[in-house]
Amino acid sequence: MIAVLDYGIGNLRSAEKALQFLGADALLVDDPDLAATADGVVLPGVGAFGPCVQALRASGLDAVARQAIELGIPFLGICVGFQLLYEGSDEDPSEEGLGVLTGVVRRLPSGVKHPQMQWNLLDKVAHRESGLLRDVPDPTWVYFVHSFAPEVTADATSTCEYGGTVTASAEMGPVWGTQFHPEKSGAVGLGILENFVGAVRRTDAGAGTGAGAAGSVGTAG
Amino acid sequence: MRTVRVIPCLDVDAGRVVKGVQFTDLFDAGDPVELATRYDAQGADELVFLDITASSDNRKTMVDVVSRTAEVVFIPFTVGGGVRSVDDARLLLRAGADKVGVNTAAVDRPELVTELAAEFGSQCVVVAVDARRRPEGASATGGPGWDVYTHGGRTPTGLDVLEWCERSAALGAGEILLTSMDRDGTRDGFDLDLTDQVAGRCPVPVIASGGVGTLDHLAEGALVGHADAVLAASIFHLGEFTIGEAKTHLEAAGVAVRPGTVGT
Repeated sequence: MIAVLDYGIGNLRSAEKALQFLGADALLVDDPDLAATADGVVLPGVGAFGPCVQALRASGLDAVARQAIELGIPFLGICVGFQLLYEGSDEDPSEEGLGVLTGVVRRLPSGVKHPQMQWNLLDKVAHRESGLLRDVPDPTWVYFVHSFAPEVTADATSTCEYGGTVTASAEMGPVWGTQFHPEKSGAVGLGILENFVGAVRRTDAGAGTGAGAAGSVGTAG
Repeated sequence: MRTVRVIPCLDVDAGRVVKGVQFTDLFDAGDPVELATRYDAQGADELVFLDITASSDNRKTMVDVVSRTAEVVFIPFTVGGGVRSVDDARLLLRAGADKVGVNTAAVDRPELVTELAAEFGSQCVVVAVDARRRPEGASATGGPGWDVYTHGGRTPTGLDVLEWCERSAALGAGEILLTSMDRDGTRDGFDLDLTDQVAGRCPVPVIASGGVGTLDHLAEGALVGHADAVLAASIFHLGEFTIGEAKTHLEAAGVAVRPGTVGT
């Protein structure tokens, strides 16, 4: 099961529906115990960084996210959910992110409209292996809605140009994230999500058992 | 790169797409989910559904349309018409809409915009503004300009369009859907002066709407009106042009767009 973490922030239905369209056993999950049994975790997010951090913490799902990442379970952060993987954000400097990825989330360059609410060209970072962007055309078009984005670091796997070079996706092992919305990026986006679903299936098969392999007791990731 | 979005608008009445001329004289243009799927395949950047009757019966039908669309269409779509509360919005978002449009209810109670933004994020909140040019010298606010109308264009509010758009953004709107009532259904092109002035004043993206009859009109909306997105209905519904053709035309005119699909 792929758990789409439902921590009471905004509209999470589209991520769930897109994964289900691909045949994945995806579920909106607000119960930390159930989420802890997932074979793959999606952390969506909309709105502002601070309220998302607080809501994630209040839901108890932050612990699930940390545990999934520690266990090496395929993990996908989308938009603000992606930003939460970093150490912090200029949007709410008093709040700490999960700190899984190194770096800070910055406001988009000035001189362009905020939010970036449009399709933009995704440029893959040269010579950077990416599981999420495997077989995805380079460049290709994806849909963005955001006013902030993580600074470009060594983890970045793709960028877009919007008043400057902006991080569009990043990866560290099985921890993947996109600043754009794959669930709203048409056929290309579905291809990207399919790569994630494939990674979940491979991990699942590798663990030798079916759903629930990544339980709380001693499962190596 | 800044790109301009092309957005087909589907006016929905009793589960069917309809199209009117200056808000009246409706004709049937097809099944909403079928049209949405076709436009997605052609390269539409987003979709807008407007529930034009928004009665409580129709609301259930609309939620069903939204839900069925969200099963098969994976581009952003906005649903507007009759959204009066956070609960109304939640129902549509839960069904799979990405954004909700508010119009009359936002004018009646501007705090609604802030409540929606606080609950769902500004990117979910589109304030739809129906604008009509003031007759010269006939306005309480004085001077040339446009007045905001509500209730499907029937009720003048006395609000100035530029001020209301600016205020909407300050209240938390993530986007403005700006319809010229003078041009709607005329096929004479956008009110470019209106679009340009609102786009210049508003810090958030502006969708130009009302009056598109040719592909040149779409290009003018972007190049002269400086709209962030251009919306049209009948030219697409009647099969005169595909989204792909519109994209090709825009690109040739020097407007950066995500390419569409030629054919279909």
